[in-house]
Amino acid sequence: MRHCRILKDGVVTEVAIANNESLAADSQYLAATTGTVYGIALNDKALYAKLEPSFNDKPHVSPPTRPVLHIKTANTHIGHGAAIPAPADGTTLYAGPAIGIVIGKQATRVSEAEALEFVGGYTVVNEVSLAETSFYRPAVKAKCRDGFCPIGPWVVDAADVATPEALTIKTFINGELSHTTSTDQLRAGVAELVSYLSSFMTLKAGDLIIAGTPERTDALALKAGDTVAIEIDSLGRLENPVVNESELG
Amino acid sequence: MKRARILVNGELTNVTVNDNNDAVLADGTVIAQADADWQPPCDGKIFVLAINYADHAAELSFKAPDEPLVFLKGPNALLGHNKNTYRPDNVAYMHYECELVAVIGKTAKNVSRADAMDYIGGYTVGNDYAIRDYLENYYRPNLRVKSRDTCTPVGPYIVDAADVPDPHNLTLRTYINGELKQEGSTKDLVFNIPYLVEYLSNIMTLEPGDMIFTGTPEGLADVQPGDEIVTEVEGVGRLVNHMISESQYLESLQG
Repeated sequence: MRHCRILKDGVVTEVAIANNESLAADSQYLAATTGTVYGIALNDKALYAKLEPSFNDKPHVSPPTRPVLHIKTANTHIGHGAAIPAPADGTTLYAGPAIGIVIGKQATRVSEAEALEFVGGYTVVNEVSLAETSFYRPAVKAKCRDGFCPIGPWVVDAADVATPEALTIKTFINGELSHTTSTDQLRAGVAELVSYLSSFMTLKAGDLIIAGTPERTDALALKAGDTVAIEIDSLGRLENPVVNESELG
Repeated sequence: MKRARILVNGELTNVTVNDNNDAVLADGTVIAQADADWQPPCDGKIFVLAINYADHAAELSFKAPDEPLVFLKGPNALLGHNKNTYRPDNVAYMHYECELVAVIGKTAKNVSRADAMDYIGGYTVGNDYAIRDYLENYYRPNLRVKSRDTCTPVGPYIVDAADVPDPHNLTLRTYINGELKQEGSTKDLVFNIPYLVEYLSNIMTLEPGDMIFTGTPEGLADVQPGDEIVTEVEGVGRLVNHMISESQYLESLQG
């Protein structure tokens, strides 16, 4: 099943539809999840390999020993079709194509072996960011701007996603295929991430883990006026216009 | 006015707090401070300032940053007044951090420093525990250090902003088992509250209930299971927390 959250006559409504169905074209989607959203940085194999030589230098001094986590605050969460506000000064923003792991039931200190039992489903996430110039300090300025985390259009039940670690992720900008990656490029996989996060943070039903994003190359660069779509096999296509923030209410 | 949230028969309940710091229900029923089940006084985004006191920066051998160094916590980290926090087994250094917490009172976006104080609804006390063993130089201070379950006591209540005439001249103190360990003043904040509201609201929209933990002065010390840790901000509140071991914590989860 696909689980959508939509705004209907001013009321937040949850709608479940079959995997081959869609909602009416004029449906107003909200972010598909409502809990805390954790992102994992440096979890893409190629990005990690590129930066690895610098990890023994200042300021890092040594490579990370654990997945590198950040938080996408609630103001960043938007639904399919909603506008991503671009900085008024024209600063480039970058799409962050990713699979989202949706927690299905409360998880505290779960092992990797049992971790998948706590995954309720998967969704498409666009973890939008300004340029990732540093991984040393928390990237609040780059990653927590309003609307910088489209989630959806819906959550697909985990039971309906046979191979979450072998799904192609395509990014389209203005309808043109601009970037392709796959969930097989993740360093830490689904079970490892759920287990690690739950080892010190209780995850609740509806919490979301953005499993990893590729290097923010020009192929992912966005500007006001663009439309960006992230498409993942068997999950869906998450499309959002990029609008200069000065033109938004 | 002081406002808090307590559990009453398992229900999260808004209360006011009287001059004895007891909880008062809407119908006037008084629940003694020691008997109330204190919860974090609000929900919202959790911003924390690192090295925002010049003396603390020196203590950590850092130069004070030239812009606010802000990190985030998840809601799992928050814990109410008079509760237990655990110290992980086999760590060398876990310390408290007494902080004044400014709570946003109304939606704020692109607010200027001049107008910023109008957007503060009130103040509370935070204890931003850190486990230094887990520091890594990636998004430092990383979540494993700062966003663990139970590691951020906050409360006991929110004092209305109107009742805190000068939030930039408040003494902060931390006591371990009654012994004064940390003392400082919010007058030594590197980036003061209006600066922080302007800075954050230029990045994103702030909402009522969002919390800004403004940082801690010098005077850190290790805490051990069995310790009672009191963090206190003059004119705002006195937040009590008890340290337990990880094994005691795991037992409490079974219960």
